[in-house]
Amino acid sequence: MASIELRNIRKAFGAVEVIKGVDLQVRKGEFMVFVGPSGCGKSTLLRLISGLEDITSGEMLFDGKVVNSLAPSKRGIAMVFQSYALYPHMTVYENMAFGLTLEKGTSKDEIRKRVERAADMLQIGQYLDRLPKQLSGGQRQRVAIGRAITRDPKVFLFDEPLSNLDAALRVATRIEIAKLHEEMNNVTMIYVTHDQVEAMTLADRICVLRDGLVEQVGTPMELYETPNSVFVAGFIGSPKMNFISGDKAKPFNAETVGIRGEHITIVPSGGTWSGTVIHTENLGADSYVYLEMGTEEPVVVRLEGANSYKSGDTVHISPMEGKIHRFDGAGKPIL
Amino acid sequence: MGATIDLWKIAKTIMFYAVVVFIVVVSVFPFYYAILTSFKSGTDIFRVSYWPVSFSFDNYTAVFNQGSFPRNLLNSVFVASVTVILALFMAVTAAFALSRVRFRGRGFLLMVILAVSMFPQIAVLAGLFEVIRFLGIYNTPWALIFSYTIFTLPFTVWVLTTFMRDLPIEIEEAAIVDGATPWVIITRVFMPLMWPALVTTGLLAFIGAWNEFLFALTFTSSNDTRTVPVAIALLSGGSQYEIPWGIIMAASVIVTVPLVVLVLIFQRKIVSGLTAGGVKG
Repeated sequence: MASIELRNIRKAFGAVEVIKGVDLQVRKGEFMVFVGPSGCGKSTLLRLISGLEDITSGEMLFDGKVVNSLAPSKRGIAMVFQSYALYPHMTVYENMAFGLTLEKGTSKDEIRKRVERAADMLQIGQYLDRLPKQLSGGQRQRVAIGRAITRDPKVFLFDEPLSNLDAALRVATRIEIAKLHEEMNNVTMIYVTHDQVEAMTLADRICVLRDGLVEQVGTPMELYETPNSVFVAGFIGSPKMNFISGDKAKPFNAETVGIRGEHITIVPSGGTWSGTVIHTENLGADSYVYLEMGTEEPVVVRLEGANSYKSGDTVHISPMEGKIHRFDGAGKPIL
Repeated sequence: MGATIDLWKIAKTIMFYAVVVFIVVVSVFPFYYAILTSFKSGTDIFRVSYWPVSFSFDNYTAVFNQGSFPRNLLNSVFVASVTVILALFMAVTAAFALSRVRFRGRGFLLMVILAVSMFPQIAVLAGLFEVIRFLGIYNTPWALIFSYTIFTLPFTVWVLTTFMRDLPIEIEEAAIVDGATPWVIITRVFMPLMWPALVTTGLLAFIGAWNEFLFALTFTSSNDTRTVPVAIALLSGGSQYEIPWGIIMAASVIVTVPLVVLVLIFQRKIVSGLTAGGVKG
């Protein structure tokens, strides 16, 4: 229910500047994902929004009001931590109710109602009397999310909530978070992850961060189709975009040419480029062919269904029309 | 081949238990002999025996009817309890600051706290005496509480700081987001997690205060304000030349019992792994 605006936000730990001037607007009810490699400052940025870290300079506005010096609990936020951060000596119910019991003027009945409503949403109603240590990792993370829901926040902050879960549980919980966003569609959510799949699947808009600066903000498809730098192009999408530079890129009037594995076709002869197969991966529904053709990293071609190429085969490939990304020497797109 | 191995195995087992028995005898025998002696009466006391031969409660009734021993016992309970409460309260709050609040000179302050505990009691005795006279608490239990707290705090603060530093920072941050003040964090989130450390340091502080002799002797002057260790040392017999061993032993046993009981009670409360489940791991 809150819009958030960051104006030239900077954060320094001693002499080290981690956030180097971020301008960003998060709209009301939006699901915004911060994504970037480790050390890019995405978690720090989230902690600045939460109020757990102080802002070195710049302005942070919630609904147009400056909140720079407002305590976390007064900002109307709730946070889900990577390590769950449940209170180990309290039952699930007490964990979820703790924040409400600290607020004056919330009656016991009201607290019980809100905890039970949150527990129902997450299907943890039958665990309310248990201690965190009696729960599995996935259940613990759900309790942590439930604790955040109970507080009825205007802004929901997630700090890599899925990275401690195993692969199957991660997908299930991801879907649950997406459902949560649909149900609570007037709550602004900010989600930090280093996993671009989570970013693509959950986000209304993604904010790609690099070295303490915003690299690009946009919807998942905008980032996928029109990345505004080599960095974003390489970060969004799986498998990673192929970059071809030097002489092979010259015919396209670019320093570097980027082409995604799914936008390359294998042609019987001729073609734009050719390379030697060094490895193949069959995943059933699709398959990847890795080609050695003098680039820094092997070129990956994604094919529908299985394939029968063998290492050592020479194949000819062509990019699909209009799917090529051209970049200049500075890594910026040529339009 | 097999036989020699078995022999060696048996020999090792025997040696192990021999060492165990030796250690137990050496550590328990003095107390055992004190109990034994406390139940003897009259001239029996001077006859050496290692098994109970006579059994009488004379010494125990004598202790309680003589002078101000019950009063001394109460003094000891009061002084030790208040010391523990004061020390734990100050140590927990100090430990929170030292482990969780970033400020200039924190490491130096911790070293100073540790350094304070290196002074021998006798070195500060005279100075402390002046302070206590100045504060006007000479010959009151507060003189002892004051000095014991000073001597207990460095250790207590140090242990609790180390323990609190190991508590996951995310739990504290979750509490901050939930709107908890530092006081609420300490009392409702950290204290329940710190039971093992609190019990251990509290118990050690209690034992220290309970057994302390030098300060108790120096800072009190009347029978009614003394604590038990001093009272026992000053127990006198019928004449100048008689040392009332039986009564001394009975008193010693009485003083030891509360400590044993305390340890037995709290030993069950020391539950390790209390933080399990709160955070990943």
